Amino acid sequence: MYRTPEGKDIFVVDGHTHFWDGSPENQKNIHGKQFIDCFYAYHTGLSPKEQLWEKGKFEKYSADDLYRDLFIDGPDDVAIVQSTYLKDFYKNGFNTIERNAEVAKRYPERFIVNGAFDPRDGEKALEYIHFLKETYDVKGVKMYTAEWNGASKGWKLTDPDAYKCFELCEKLGIKNIHVHKGPTIIPLSKDAFDVHDVDHAATDFQGLNWIIEHCGLPRLDDFCWIATQETNVYGGLAVALPFIHSRPRYFGEVIGELLFWLGPEKILFGSDYAIWTPRWLVEKFWAYQIPQDIAAERGVQLTDEIKEKILGLNAARLYNIDVEAKKKALAKSPFSIAAE
Amino acid sequence: MGVAGSCVAVAFRLPTYWCSPNFAFLMLDGVRKALDQLSWSPAYRVRLHDHMFAEEVNRGIEDGKTFGDIFAGLAGDEDIGALRETFNMKAFKRRQEAVLLALRKQRLTDREILGMDLAAYDVARLGSGDAASRKARYRAALVERFPARKQGDAVFVTWEGRQIPSEALDAYLAELRAVRINMEFNGALCRGLKQARYKELDVIDGEPTLVDFIMDRVPERNAPAT
Repeated sequence: MYRTPEGKDIFVVDGHTHFWDGSPENQKNIHGKQFIDCFYAYHTGLSPKEQLWEKGKFEKYSADDLYRDLFIDGPDDVAIVQSTYLKDFYKNGFNTIERNAEVAKRYPERFIVNGAFDPRDGEKALEYIHFLKETYDVKGVKMYTAEWNGASKGWKLTDPDAYKCFELCEKLGIKNIHVHKGPTIIPLSKDAFDVHDVDHAATDFQGLNWIIEHCGLPRLDDFCWIATQETNVYGGLAVALPFIHSRPRYFGEVIGELLFWLGPEKILFGSDYAIWTPRWLVEKFWAYQIPQDIAAERGVQLTDEIKEKILGLNAARLYNIDVEAKKKALAKSPFSIAAE
Repeated sequence: MGVAGSCVAVAFRLPTYWCSPNFAFLMLDGVRKALDQLSWSPAYRVRLHDHMFAEEVNRGIEDGKTFGDIFAGLAGDEDIGALRETFNMKAFKRRQEAVLLALRKQRLTDREILGMDLAAYDVARLGSGDAASRKARYRAALVERFPARKQGDAVFVTWEGRQIPSEALDAYLAELRAVRINMEFNGALCRGLKQARYKELDVIDGEPTLVDFIMDRVPERNAPAT
């Protein structure tokens, strides 16, 4: 819960968090080292200096760090933990669902654990989706279309194998498909940045919600165009939001475009923990106003009501969270007591 | 970069290990062109460092291969010429937006702005410093795109060379703004990543800050700063 300076309590769903192990002990090869180094550069490049972590902690933080940063020091009520396997880079994987489920087990009311699969695995991917549903009862998955797999240097949401997977997701009630469309590693082909496959997949799977993480940046205009056409396409603010600190005017232009095209119901907060921690992001977001000239030009405002939607209510809708019931249940949780 | 006798060695690196190799190749091509233009025709060697494809790129360069040859198996149909053209187009639009907005700030009407020819542009005042350099940068992009442009020709046209009607300027500027927002994202992100990666000093008042010490980016005394 985030308590505003005016004393209002705001329900926060953090749509994009990780519990990874990028430590040297877990790195399989140079790629594993370079991957976590690149994340660390995102962290140091865009965080306020008083929020900087030491490299060792960033590579591998504890479950207690995560609970504290999200729920005690941090304002999150519920956190969605995304899975990113990267088993070619890390001996035990980077951020597998097993690891996420383990950390979520202690406080199940606080976590939503999402799965991941690779449609290029064919039949195995379908079996794995069944496994995810049966074992973890997942409500969502994270897709990374720029990932390599054998001879393939990336895939599209519209590939026939992908469609088979999404059909199965729809059937099993795995409704929230988070797709990484943003700055990407190994962007060999320009298709790795392309967002147009979202357009077709969202049209063909109306029963699924398509949450485009990082809002397609640096293809914001293409993303906005698609999200305007498709009622079931949403934008996740991870990576865009930290600019609120280093380049506040620029953040104003991005959020101005998103509000103009998508409207306030389709934008979701995400910290991308542990690249960034949610507390400073939420505090700065609450205090933020779009510069007047940008707001006037686009005819949009970032009101408290809109901020409340972005910070939690929109994601709650997608994940069927009864906000009032959740607030009551969490008031009795050990974190709420620890935070007092 | 190092010069020894009539030989030049150039080393370069990118913000991340994962950066698209076609960016590396474009930079490399630019370096090669610049070196080829030198009056004293030096022998040269160009090397890419700290990149997942550094070896492939460096070996390819030494064998005189094209981008397509080096990455045929990896990059598929990537057309480096088309990519270069895309970058030129974005630079054109970005620079054009900056001067269009600056001229509007000078309280010129849209009709006056769009009616400007090259001669009028050259004498227009946009202020000094940054504003003046932005003006010159747009002129350079315009002349590169349209080398035959004469003094009496329109100075504000689309990348395709079309006139912009004054009633369409708002919509056109919205398009240019979208280009800028995308470019700024990459620019800001990549600069930040490069600085973090190479522990470049963030010097305030000539001294490293606390952050530099935390980040272990302060060189030892007497060691040359990177």
